[in-house]
Amino acid sequence: MSTMKYIYDMHQMMLKNNIILVYEGEFTQEITKSVLAMAERNMDSIGEESGIKRKVFNVMVECLQNIVKHGEDYVSADLQINTAIFMIGKQQNSYIITTGNPMKNELVDGLKSKLDKINGLDKDGLKALYKDIIKGGSGLTDKGGAGLGFVDMARKSGQKLEYGFEPLGNGHTFFSLKTTVPRG
Amino acid sequence: MEIINLEGTEDTPKIILDKTNKIFEISGRSLPEDSAEFYQPVLEWLNKYTKEALPETIFDFKLEYFNTASSKLILDVLTVLEDIENIKVHWYFYEDDEDMEEAGEEFSELVDVEFELKPY
Repeated sequence: MSTMKYIYDMHQMMLKNNIILVYEGEFTQEITKSVLAMAERNMDSIGEESGIKRKVFNVMVECLQNIVKHGEDYVSADLQINTAIFMIGKQQNSYIITTGNPMKNELVDGLKSKLDKINGLDKDGLKALYKDIIKGGSGLTDKGGAGLGFVDMARKSGQKLEYGFEPLGNGHTFFSLKTTVPRG
Repeated sequence: MEIINLEGTEDTPKIILDKTNKIFEISGRSLPEDSAEFYQPVLEWLNKYTKEALPETIFDFKLEYFNTASSKLILDVLTVLEDIENIKVHWYFYEDDEDMEEAGEEFSELVDVEFELKPY
């Protein structure tokens, strides 16, 4: 039954990459809550330290809500990418939180420079940027975000945000983001 | 004044605004889908309260977690509190939660309101 082998392959791939949770599909606030609850339960079951749990939770919320707010529907004749992906991996020394979602090409440069700016800052620089944005007085964006999500992820994780862009055609790009939360 | 008493949920905080019993509290988790909409009644209530505040007010924040969209609204709440005489914010945080402690410090630097950081 070689047509069934993808199940085995998928399982092997998850084990090899230490992935403890994958969600692919539509992202909503209800889904966000479910994914958070599953990940929390997983960390509770292995008795993860509360400080690490909070940081992972924090990064997960910002990642998931970013997709709920900014993920773009994308459908073309040969590619059916109208959904996004969220994964958590657990290594010996860290949790890896990754997301991938389609976005419009014209927003790529702006997003890239925002991420590069954040990655170029140290702890104090990130704190200053956070305070600048929050007191900016521009209120929330039309999508209800504060413009603070990536800064917060960089601050809470204490690590650089890794990212990549894959062209999808039809005016869209697939944006991948990886955040590492060190354990202990 | 009317009382605001919201039960906390997995993504919204417990909120009590009760002038008669002198309870002013936001606690739990705050990661609503639409934080501006969620905090609107709170801001309206507090704006009314500024005009008829008690001689002394203690406002308790006992947050376990809040997302960045909520942080903007928490700053809005604190900004309204600036207009109240003799107000003090008690900012609670779990003893080992450095991030929540730092968040309290940062908010205290952003507004002109007396803060007391309280580990528990």
